[in-house]
Amino acid sequence: MQMDRHSHLWRNAVAMPTVSRVAVCGGTHGNELAGVYLVRERLKRRADGTEPVSVVTVMSNPRAVQLCVRYVETDLNRCFTRATLSAPVSETSPYEMIRSQELNALLGPKGSAQAVDLLCDLHNTTANTGLCLITYSDCDWICLHICKHLQREMASTPVRYVHFDIPLNEAYSLDSVGKHGFAMEIGPQPHSVVRSVIFSAMQEGVQLMMDWICQFNSGTLFEGGWVDVYTMVKNIDYPRDSETHVITAAVHPNLQDRDFCLLHPGDPMFLSFSGETLRYKGKEALYPFFINEGAYYEKGIALSLARKRRVEIPSVRSETLR
Amino acid sequence: MALVFLPALARMAVCGGTHGNELSGVYVVQEMERQWKEKGECAWPIPVTTVLSNPRAVKECRRYIEKDMNRCFNRATLSSPITDSSPYEVRRAHELNNLLGPKGSTDAIDLICDLHNTTANMGLTLIHYTTSDWVTLHICKYLQTKLTKVPVRVLVLDVPISDAYSLESVSKHGFSIEVGPQPHGVVRADIYTIMKEAVDLTIDWIHKFSSGMVFEGGDVEAFRFIKSVDYPRDPETRTLTAAIHPQLQDRDFCLLKRGDPLFLSFSGETVKYEEEEPLHPFFINEAAYYEKEIAFHLGKKMMLTIPSVQVQKD
Repeated sequence: MQMDRHSHLWRNAVAMPTVSRVAVCGGTHGNELAGVYLVRERLKRRADGTEPVSVVTVMSNPRAVQLCVRYVETDLNRCFTRATLSAPVSETSPYEMIRSQELNALLGPKGSAQAVDLLCDLHNTTANTGLCLITYSDCDWICLHICKHLQREMASTPVRYVHFDIPLNEAYSLDSVGKHGFAMEIGPQPHSVVRSVIFSAMQEGVQLMMDWICQFNSGTLFEGGWVDVYTMVKNIDYPRDSETHVITAAVHPNLQDRDFCLLHPGDPMFLSFSGETLRYKGKEALYPFFINEGAYYEKGIALSLARKRRVEIPSVRSETLR
Repeated sequence: MALVFLPALARMAVCGGTHGNELSGVYVVQEMERQWKEKGECAWPIPVTTVLSNPRAVKECRRYIEKDMNRCFNRATLSSPITDSSPYEVRRAHELNNLLGPKGSTDAIDLICDLHNTTANMGLTLIHYTTSDWVTLHICKYLQTKLTKVPVRVLVLDVPISDAYSLESVSKHGFSIEVGPQPHGVVRADIYTIMKEAVDLTIDWIHKFSSGMVFEGGDVEAFRFIKSVDYPRDPETRTLTAAIHPQLQDRDFCLLKRGDPLFLSFSGETVKYEEEEPLHPFFINEAAYYEKEIAFHLGKKMMLTIPSVQVQKD
């Protein structure tokens, strides 16, 4: 009976190419330190060539890391759209634009057969998000299975799958360069600080991802199931003074740190500096995340809102082995 | 207990944005300026000057532009002439010294309350340079009695006033209100509220004091700065090789004993506290201190006895 069931699963599993080349990138934002120190640690222990999967470890924005700032001239993680990657560069182009094209040559080119199979980009946030895998696809079975694996194996860290519904050409972040890719985002951690438990969670997340890939490449069949996917719907800005554009309220204490807790119409969202409560005026209950991310004040984002839905994922196996 | 008569406090200054990315203070000052525009002198029961200390750093949401402004108020820096190559913050320190000082003179403003945030889990910490300023110590005692939802602690840096390098040393009486944990570049409503309440209570105390109220003396528990401890670093690159240990992280003002874990290296080893003397750590994992080579400070707990005080009548 077991053999029949196994053969049945095997025949019905989706066969996918092996994930032979992986990139682990940190310091894409120079002040998100767990990724910076994880990349440094990985570079110290260079591979002895016996791993079943080839991994390249990259410090994405070395100048920003050196200065411990998010970016030097422009946000590197917004430089990976097709337009920016194909624009002509000169010595006077912003540093990050030049760097994005270097990374695209190293790990891509984006959209081509030479691109790495999987790109994992390490990030931190000041928001209380736990661990999130952030991608542009809600049907990338590799990414969804990796998420499921992390959820199963990481006992003390909530793991969630966040989806931005943007076509590949307009996808602007580094992870879109790989054939499969995601940002591994962990919070809360202040920028320019490394917290030991956050570093450990990121190290564990990367290790579990590598374990899954090795098992997958060796022919393991991963049974399907379902994953909750949070799809980004819209951003909400802070209330601002109409003339000076300065913010006039902070995220409300009832909402602060409550990433992925359902926000209902009428729930408090902001507390003004003079003490008034401002409420969520949307008609649809949605899931907030990236609540009070420090780097997003200048982008006009206090929080993002997502819809949650259950996505069925098929069983998968590597196509090169029978 | 004998009653000590102290001169009246005519005016106080509330300063925010001394570090441009410590946002609670920036928004407390913004809100106070809004209240002043609305109500004028009636906004508060005593005269208050509000100051955005480092406007360029605030605009760029950075700690400082060229030099940490809160290190520019020692006598040496304040008495050196300004030249074309003077850093922005040194020029600004001279401006603030003219506005709120001059430091050490009778024209100096009576009280500066300088607002700061830290990424360390320090609750509300009131920082002074001296152990013998009865005014600021009474304000601390008052805040400790009135603020019950957050730990309120007193930190003393025993430095002679002329060597004192921070903004609050410009006034006759001064202290910093430090509230954490809050990431730099972020304002949390709960942290903002604590800071605003602390400022309002300080104003409240001065008003009561000026009106002739007697404030009973007693003992105030304080922590005196002893020394700093740096992170373990790679001898060549100077980059960190360890982070604050999970058992120390967020445990500001606990008692650190020999054998307690201090750091967990990125490769998994624990570094322990080897000293004989138990001390209290604080400013544990403050972001701005990585470049100053400080993982945390260590302090000794002590008891300060303050007399009952009342305003001197003319």
